[in-house]
Amino acid sequence: MRDIARSRTARLIGVAIVGAIALSACGGSTTTTESSAAPAAPAATEAAASSAAPAEECTTPTPVKLQLQWFVQSQFAGYYAAKDKGFYADECLDVTILEGGVDIVPQTVLAQGGADFALAWVPKALASREQGALITDVAQVYQKSGTLQVSWADSGITSPADFKGKKIGNWGFGNEYEVFAGMTQAGLDPATDVENVQQQFDMLGLLNREIDAAEAMTYNEYAQLLEAKNPETGELYTPEDFNVINYSNEGVGMYQDAIWASTERLADAEYQAITQKFVTASLAGWIYCRDNAQECADIITANGSKLGASHQLWMMNEVNKLIWPSPAGVGIIVPDLWAQTVSVATKTKNLEGATVITAEPAADSYTNKYAEAANAKLTAAGLNTTGDAFAPISVTLKEGGN
Amino acid sequence: MSDSQRVALQSVPGRPVRSRAAGRRLKRGAASAGWALLGILLAMIMWELVKAVGSVVPFPFNTSDTTMPNVWTMVNGAFQPEMRGSSTTVLQAVMMAAGYSLMIAMGGFIIGVSVGLLLAITMQRFAFMERGLLPFVIASQTVPLIALAPLIVGIGNRFSVGPFEWSTTYSVMFIAAYLAFFPLSVGALRGLHAPTPTSLELMRSYAAKPRQLLFKLRFPSSIPFLVPALKVSAASAVVGTVIAEISTGVRGGIGRLIIEYSREITGQPAKVYVAVFGAIILGLMAAALVTVIDLYLTRNLPKEGPA
Repeated sequence: MRDIARSRTARLIGVAIVGAIALSACGGSTTTTESSAAPAAPAATEAAASSAAPAEECTTPTPVKLQLQWFVQSQFAGYYAAKDKGFYADECLDVTILEGGVDIVPQTVLAQGGADFALAWVPKALASREQGALITDVAQVYQKSGTLQVSWADSGITSPADFKGKKIGNWGFGNEYEVFAGMTQAGLDPATDVENVQQQFDMLGLLNREIDAAEAMTYNEYAQLLEAKNPETGELYTPEDFNVINYSNEGVGMYQDAIWASTERLADAEYQAITQKFVTASLAGWIYCRDNAQECADIITANGSKLGASHQLWMMNEVNKLIWPSPAGVGIIVPDLWAQTVSVATKTKNLEGATVITAEPAADSYTNKYAEAANAKLTAAGLNTTGDAFAPISVTLKEGGN
Repeated sequence: MSDSQRVALQSVPGRPVRSRAAGRRLKRGAASAGWALLGILLAMIMWELVKAVGSVVPFPFNTSDTTMPNVWTMVNGAFQPEMRGSSTTVLQAVMMAAGYSLMIAMGGFIIGVSVGLLLAITMQRFAFMERGLLPFVIASQTVPLIALAPLIVGIGNRFSVGPFEWSTTYSVMFIAAYLAFFPLSVGALRGLHAPTPTSLELMRSYAAKPRQLLFKLRFPSSIPFLVPALKVSAASAVVGTVIAEISTGVRGGIGRLIIEYSREITGQPAKVYVAVFGAIILGLMAAALVTVIDLYLTRNLPKEGPA
């Protein structure tokens, strides 16, 4: 009996050791995911941004956490570029970029204190704000909406008015308001005139002709269509195969990716200073990616994105098109466009008859203070902050985005 | 083997029985491996059959090559480079991710099993604990995982003790443990209650201490309950890991890979299937690990049915 008892003890110890090994193995491998590999390519913007660094000595960088909406991809290139090119370090910040996931809501993470800053679409963030998440838009990076409604060229759908009686896909979860606003503006009742279909996050529904027009982002899902092979010809689909409705051009575009900060903490002088530094360095990152699209796409891939090279570059280029030109300055919230977003958000009803928000958001829901100061500082450093001469590159998508 | 050889072998005490048993086990193993292969082959034939019929007769679901790629497309896709110019193939990336998830699931499993066992012992020892704690143990499993996962990650982001930084990987492990502890604690509790009153009275007549009672009577008699509970726990740990990875986007594991590859489904439909098979292999590996534990724990128990 004693021997059995002893062997049991030994077994328990064995289990404990295995457990410790498993734990340490997992702990060890997480550290390797943090990569900061970036090829050194000195460019004009880089030199200019580092000369914009504060004169004061930086002994211990302030830790800052940024919550993204999704996995690492070119949609967030500016922040990764600011990290890898040392713009954050120049501002004495140590930025940790937290990737998103299926159930991660960035503005909630921010409001709960899990991150110092978060990226979010304006309508969704305002909806969270109305439910009590006190957050403030401190830099409106994307000036244009990237939402499209894509249909087959032979479908005859060229404007939201043509949606009548058709199967129209949308993603739901607050991503559907531009679609409904487009219909409402065209005089259609989204609830009765159109067959609304909840759409997957891939484009198979459209390719298999299960839906007539699918919601798509210029920088992602639209590219997925152009990376797919037409089984009839064996060639990739081309833009000529599709009709594209751009909600930006329909006058119902809503502000999308913006940097949000905690409203309560903005009363604190220390957090104000951090916000200023973070906004300045992040915008410098976006300026860098405007001028170095290929390098920024490579930085994203080096940071662990699994997207193919041509898809990544396409995304970088399309994202640049949504940001530039920024006539009022990069990151500046234009009151008219903000008002358009708020107007669509308060007036457009979804199928349940609910609007995104019920009342105009409070005045502290956005501020241009930090973006304006950042623009002044970056301009003083010799950078072009409006991108008035911006010309997109041309990207050829390959099969599967490779 | 000739008869004379067999007689010769039998003359060595103990040996022939063992070798015959080993031979039988080998044969049985080969047979079950054969059946498994046949099953896989049948599944592949069924898949292709559904595709072939689907191209003629309209099914309520889509059978096109993008939704249901051919078996050979999937096999071919597994050996393509993960990205253009990268030296790892899709299969290697999937295997690495499955291994990573297995490590997290194992960590969660070990934590969950330890916590579950401890809870069961406490609840068995003190009746008031069982009355007070068991409802909470059961209630803990009614919280939907997709509500729990972001919460745990959110709390984890703010959590650090001295030099120790909580990482999202630990959150995933925590969720795996959270799912794994439940079947074990309930199963172990039943097992610990299993000894008959006669056995308990016998132990009491020996003036056995509670600890002796636990280690010499209750644990051994709980094994028939413990083993199935361990199997369920292991499965829960794997499911918890994959779902938590999908839900919170933690990098490195198979859950994240499934999401990443599913975005490329229009261009490379085979990729996501390879990742799904990786998840299946992950589950099988976990099941195999538990079977090893099972064989070890039950080695002294009488085998049921024809051995």
